[in-house]
Amino acid sequence: MTSGASVGLIVDAEVRRGSFTLTVTLAAAPGQVLGVLGPNGAGKSTLLSAVAGLTPISAGRITLAGQVMDDAEAGTFVEASGRPVGFVFQNYRLFPHLTVAENVAFSPRARGMGRQAARSTASHWLDRLGLADLAHRKPGQLSGGQAQRVALARALAGQPELLLMDEPLSALDAGTRLDVQAELKNHLAAFTGPSLLVTHDPLEALVLADQLIVLEAGRIVQQGTPERIARQPATDYVAKLVGLNLYTGNANGSQVALNAGGSFITANHGVHGEVLVAVRPSAITVSNQHPQQSSARNAWSARITGLTLLADRVRLDLEGQPPALVDVTPAAVAELSLSPGSQVWLSVKATELEVYTRAGQQPA
Amino acid sequence: MVTRTAPSHLTARERARRTARSGAPRSVPAPLLAPALIAVAFLVLPLAGLLIRAPWGHMGAALSGADVTQALVLSLWTASVTTGISLVIGVPLAWVLARTSFPGQRLLRALVTLPLVLPPVVGGVALLLAFSRVGFVGRYLDYWFGLTIPFTPLAVIMAETFVAMPFLIITVEGALRSADQGFEEAAATLGAKRMTVFRRVTLPMIAPSLGAGAVLCWARALGEFGATITFAGSFPGQTETMPIAVYYALETDPDAAIALSLVLLLVSVVVLVSLRDRWLRGGSVQ
Repeated sequence: MTSGASVGLIVDAEVRRGSFTLTVTLAAAPGQVLGVLGPNGAGKSTLLSAVAGLTPISAGRITLAGQVMDDAEAGTFVEASGRPVGFVFQNYRLFPHLTVAENVAFSPRARGMGRQAARSTASHWLDRLGLADLAHRKPGQLSGGQAQRVALARALAGQPELLLMDEPLSALDAGTRLDVQAELKNHLAAFTGPSLLVTHDPLEALVLADQLIVLEAGRIVQQGTPERIARQPATDYVAKLVGLNLYTGNANGSQVALNAGGSFITANHGVHGEVLVAVRPSAITVSNQHPQQSSARNAWSARITGLTLLADRVRLDLEGQPPALVDVTPAAVAELSLSPGSQVWLSVKATELEVYTRAGQQPA
Repeated sequence: MVTRTAPSHLTARERARRTARSGAPRSVPAPLLAPALIAVAFLVLPLAGLLIRAPWGHMGAALSGADVTQALVLSLWTASVTTGISLVIGVPLAWVLARTSFPGQRLLRALVTLPLVLPPVVGGVALLLAFSRVGFVGRYLDYWFGLTIPFTPLAVIMAETFVAMPFLIITVEGALRSADQGFEEAAATLGAKRMTVFRRVTLPMIAPSLGAGAVLCWARALGEFGATITFAGSFPGQTETMPIAVYYALETDPDAAIALSLVLLLVSVVVLVSLRDRWLRGGSVQ
C-alpha cells in the first residue's frame, strides 16, 4: 500500500457475479493516477462499477478519504448518488436531450446547488476545458474529442474526490486520440484526488498512469510502475501487450532451463528457482547459418510459421525451442529469403535477456 | 433438363431503378396481387362510401344540432381527462413493470394489458358490477359519500380510462425497457437521486414514446363505445359521447350520423399524422 490509512481510495473487495469473481486489493493516493489494465472480461468495468456504487460488493470494503463507501460485513453502503465520485464512461453517456452546458451543470444541480450557481460552475469548467463555444450544442453535434472533453468537464463539475475513467479514449479515432490523450494528462495532473483509469491500451496506460495494476480473470496478476511492468511483464497477456517474448523457466546460476524447451545463458549469476525471462523481438538476430562468429551466447534453430508486415518492420512468428517473435527489417527478409517454413538460426545476447521472478523482484 | 426462363424485356427506366437500388422486379406475382387488391378495396370502400354519402350541402346544419355539439364537447373533454389520468397513474405503473421485478409481476402485466383484448362491453359490465350502487365498491361509495358513479360523466371517464390506459402503459413500458439505462447510471454517479433521475433523465429520454402513447390513449378514449354505453349509458349532455351519438343518430337522422362519422374520421387522420411525425422525430438525431 502506497497511501496512508485514511487518505485516497482503498479497495479490498470481492464482487461475485454468477460464476465470475473479482478479487481486488488496491490503494490510490490523492493525485495519483492508477491505471487498470486487462483484457476484456477481466473485471475492469466491474471494479469501476463497485467503486462508483453502481454494484454493491460481495465481501470486503471500499473506503474513500477515510469514509466507508461499502462494507459488505458491516452492511454499510453509500448509494452511487451519495459518493463524491466523477465517472467518465466509455461512450461518455452525455444526456442527449440536454445542451453541453446543461450536461456540465447537471451534477452541481443534482448535488443541491442553486440554478444560478450551478450555471456559473458549469461555465467555469467549460472555460477550463476550452468548451465555452460549444455550450449551447447538443451532444449529437459534437465530435468525438469534444464529447470526451464534455464528459470530463461533467464529471469534474461535481467536485468529486475521486475520478473514474472507463476506457476514456477508446471511442476516439486514432488521429484525435493522441491530442486528447495529451490534454487528458494535463487535466489529470491538475486533479487533486486519486484517479482510476481503466484501459486495455497499454500505450494509454503507460502515458497516463503513475501506477498500474494488471487484472486478468478477476485477479490482480501484477502491479507496479508502468516502466517496470513494460520491462518485466508477469504474464503472457502483458508481454503480448507490450510486445515482448516472455518465457518461464528454472534458473540455476547463469543457466535458465525454459519450460517451453531449450535454455538460455543469462548475465545473472547465483539465481535459483522459478524465473521469467523477457526478450524484445528486435533483440533476437536471424541468420541462415549457426552464428559461430557472433558474440551472442544463445543460439537455437527455429522454423518460421508466419510473417506479418508491421509499420516499418516484419514480425516473424517462429516455432522452436523456445518459440519466439522476432522483428527484422523488410530488407533482411529479402536478403535471407525468409518465408513460412524456412529453417533459420536465432541468437540473442545474454545481456538482452531480462530475468526476474514472478513476485517482481529482480534477482540480485 | 432444366427449364430456362425466356429473356424478358426490361425498360430503360426499370433497368435504371433496379440497378440503383439493386432491387427485385417491381411487378407483383398474380397470386399475391389479387388478394392484396381485395384487402385494399375492403378497407377503402366503406370510407369512400362515407365521403360519397356525406351531406356536403348542409354539413353545417347536420353538425349544428344541440345534441351533436354536446356530444362533441363531452367526447373531447372526457378523452382529454382520461389521457391526463392515464399519464398520472399509468406512467408510474409502466415504470414499475419495466424497472422492477417482484413475484406476480407477469400476472400483473397480463392483467394490465387484458383490456386491450377484452371486448369493451365486458369491461363495461365489470365496471358496473364494481361501481354500481349495489356493486362491491360502489355500495360503500354510495353509503359513505353519497357518490353514485354510473350514468355520469365520471362513469364515461372511468370506462374510457379502463379501455384506453393500457395503450399508454404498454407504449411507455416498451420505451422504458429499450431505453439505455447507462444514462440513468451516469445521472446517479453525478449525484442525482432516483426521483431526479426519473424527472430529468428518464422522462425526457422517453418523451417521444410518451407523446405517442398519450395520443394513442386519447384516440382510443375518443372512440370508446362499448364500455361507455354499458357503464355510463347515453344521456345527452351527460354521457352521450360522439360514437354513441353516431349510433343513435343513424336511426333518426342519418345525415347527422354521417357528418359525425366524418368528424371522427378527420380526428383519426390527424392523430395518425401526428403519431407519424412523433415517431419520425423520435427516430432522428436532434
